[in-house]
Amino acid sequence: MQFPSTPIKALTALALVLTASAAFAEGEVNIYSSRHYDTDERLYADFTAATGITINRIEGNADELIERMRAEGANSPADILITVDAGRIWRAEEAGLLSPVASEVLDTRIPAALRDPAGHWFGFSTRARVIFFDKDKVQNPPQTYAALADPAYKGMVCMRSATNIYSLSLLSAIIANDGEEAARAWAQGVKDNLAREPEGGDTDQLRGVLSGQCPIAISNTYYFARAIRTEVEGLTAADGFDRIGWTFPDQGGHGTHVNISGAGVAANAPNRDNAIAFLEYLASDQAQAYFADGNDEYPVVEGVALAASVAGLGSFTRDDLNLAELGRNQALAQTIYNDLGWK
Amino acid sequence: MPIFRHRTVSLLSKTTGPMTVSPAEKPTIPIPGRVMRLGLGPIAVLVAAICLLPVVAVLVAALTGSFDTWRHLMATVLPGYALNTLLLCASVAVGAAALGTAAAWLVTMTRFPGVRIFEVLLALPLAFPAYVLAYAYTSFLSHSGPVQSGLRGMMGWGPAGYWFPDVRSLPGAAIMLILVLYPYVYLLARASFLQQSASAFLAARALGRGPWYAFWAVSLPMARPAIAGGVLLAVMETLADFGTVAHFGVQTLATGIYQSWFSMGDRTAAAQLAFCLMTVALFVTLLDRQNRGRARHNNTGKRFETLSPMPLRGWRAAGAIALCAVPVTLGFVLPVIVLAQMAVGSGQDVTSPRYLHFIGNSLILAGLAALLTMAGAMALRFHARFQAGRGPRAMVEIARLGYAVPGGVIAVGLLVPAAGLDNALDAWMRANFGLSTGLLLTGSIGLMLLAYLVRFSAAALGALDGGLAPVPRSIDLVARTLGAGVPRTIWRVHLPIMAPSVLTGALIVFVDVMKELPATLILRPFNFDTLAVQAFRLASDERLAGAAVPSLVIVAIGLLPVVLVLRTMSLRGRA
Repeated sequence: MQFPSTPIKALTALALVLTASAAFAEGEVNIYSSRHYDTDERLYADFTAATGITINRIEGNADELIERMRAEGANSPADILITVDAGRIWRAEEAGLLSPVASEVLDTRIPAALRDPAGHWFGFSTRARVIFFDKDKVQNPPQTYAALADPAYKGMVCMRSATNIYSLSLLSAIIANDGEEAARAWAQGVKDNLAREPEGGDTDQLRGVLSGQCPIAISNTYYFARAIRTEVEGLTAADGFDRIGWTFPDQGGHGTHVNISGAGVAANAPNRDNAIAFLEYLASDQAQAYFADGNDEYPVVEGVALAASVAGLGSFTRDDLNLAELGRNQALAQTIYNDLGWK
Repeated sequence: MPIFRHRTVSLLSKTTGPMTVSPAEKPTIPIPGRVMRLGLGPIAVLVAAICLLPVVAVLVAALTGSFDTWRHLMATVLPGYALNTLLLCASVAVGAAALGTAAAWLVTMTRFPGVRIFEVLLALPLAFPAYVLAYAYTSFLSHSGPVQSGLRGMMGWGPAGYWFPDVRSLPGAAIMLILVLYPYVYLLARASFLQQSASAFLAARALGRGPWYAFWAVSLPMARPAIAGGVLLAVMETLADFGTVAHFGVQTLATGIYQSWFSMGDRTAAAQLAFCLMTVALFVTLLDRQNRGRARHNNTGKRFETLSPMPLRGWRAAGAIALCAVPVTLGFVLPVIVLAQMAVGSGQDVTSPRYLHFIGNSLILAGLAALLTMAGAMALRFHARFQAGRGPRAMVEIARLGYAVPGGVIAVGLLVPAAGLDNALDAWMRANFGLSTGLLLTGSIGLMLLAYLVRFSAAALGALDGGLAPVPRSIDLVARTLGAGVPRTIWRVHLPIMAPSVLTGALIVFVDVMKELPATLILRPFNFDTLAVQAFRLASDERLAGAAVPSLVIVAIGLLPVVLVLRTMSLRGRA
């Protein structure tokens, strides 16, 4: 009878045909990335054109990519891990998945606060967490993150869910700068000021300003800059986009909270030299412009021109807290939010 | 009797020739049971073992770490998460059962204007990933969306001070999930109604009972295994759902897993929560088993007959149309319109080579996974049918668990043992032959297919349950008495009878894999993008307009097999 044997054949065939073709050949670099911007494709293509090194990539959530690297162990094909926040790249370092890189190019071009002191990871672009507000409704917008907890703004503040990485990073930075107790009081104060239960993404916070629900909203710069550059539903001129004002918080204090797109070389990288070459390429003026522009972010290298949409936001002083602190305090930040009943 | 037509078993198996049960004819190839066990048994054991792997990996991870985070979660958010999970599952179970069964009964047992079209349309929401529906409805109904903005403009309302239901809420999430999950119940119940012998129904009618009574007392209980199977699938899918609830800010056990894992970086706590989720799933499955154990309905009529559908007129016809139109409109037509509007001008070119690559990859994965998963499920299910004892049945239940576990957890649960195996093989080959084999299974399509097998076996098994339940045990016995071995019995007797269920199951797996995201994302080989991956890339960058394009393509491709299977089933059911 054929029936029972068919699955056996099928399984055998699958096992033979579908096993992985390992990507170890010369002239390759394998990237595990949680960046997923179509504009990065051009960046990769330029690198290949300039160096002849082929890029293989998998995109996914950083924590899942980290799990995959961890499981793959010594035979992992990953050369580079790219994450879109400092907390995750720090976590990969903690798990022993990244190896230190000593590169004169990277060390001189990337500011010290935006890279691991030991060279496990480097930031290649930044985005700032900024306070947006409705100019018609808010005459005295908050100038600091601390002010968001001021009872004067009761019922006016919109923020993302506490489990979102941006909310966690911001609270992690406050823990690092002002201590756990101050952070706890801040989270409670902001919760009391919420205009609505936390919901949606950053773009939704901005849309909330225009629909009238959120006199004050916290969002990353690039979502706003994107709406300047192209048409984003709910954020067009017809929706009243010009009503949105913004302040870069803490200009007189620690500086505005930023996060990074960061990358590090894998501990078991089969193409280590190519990996370092790729990171150095990312720090070049040309790549910096692309890497930042594609997602309306800030380049990390001094002197690289900003995209018009980003330049229009004005200049600001960055919080120079070393970003490793964001990773270190992230679990505590989530604990605080949970304790206070944040959604 | 003019109101029904007769058919014999042999007519059902047209494609493979008549299976006569005449004692005069000797079976051509008598195969002893032992030979069969050598074939079916090991495959069933292998499939169950693969399905058990991630469970064990999760259990090991859960028990080998500290319980500090667990205690923090228990003291703060976990009770609320559990309650939300419970409420969500209960609402989805009730909603999907009522909607799916009513719709299935209407299209198979009655006739009203448009019934043939509704028969197909009702299955279409299945093609929608729940998270895409969630995206579509939030952008449509949120405070800044067209509906509320329009209302504010029309009524002169301010930004606050009026009431509008919040789609980002637990009831909102329940409605989304009901809309995409009721087709499970609909498809399985429909297959069962089509397969049902009419004699019991007719007996009730002949005894003077009305058609509605006969439905409640006869047809419904006979279809119960199929309905329960569909509801079980819906509930398990709800347990595993992360995309919808996360988008709506509804906190469930599944979001708790990701919070521990992603936000707190605590894999142990994530594993502990995943284990909780599996326990809940096991409990639900056992509850379902026990329920079915009490009510066993086999067709005992000697012949399979099909009923002539009952014509509905007047308000009854209008009611039937309304009942079918509501889920089709809300679960398919409206979201397609919303997405199509978003998609226009989003700059995503479906005809570009890039998109053809996505489509090709999605099709290959879904097609292979449907074949493999259905084959594995059949091995398990038939093994349990022909092999007495608890073992074979326990194996079936184990294989179901994966459906209630978020794909990301399954993926990591498989990655760990698979990569371990790869590395062990590599070390052995290096030691003995000086040859490095690297990672063979990890990062291959093969491991993805195994993940789909683990994740979606329950869908295939559910369909098989529904198809097998009404096949009387006496048929097995007759075939065996006549010397037909188990494979022959399956091939010549069971499969022809239950072909609609097999097709339905394979279809559900195909569509599920098309929509599947987390396991696909993490297990795929380098440079292997699918439609779901592309939708994810755009959506996670908050480019929902762009994400609408691959989502619509997923839906469009899902439609094809849905229509195909339904047509095949209709032809068979009405032949």
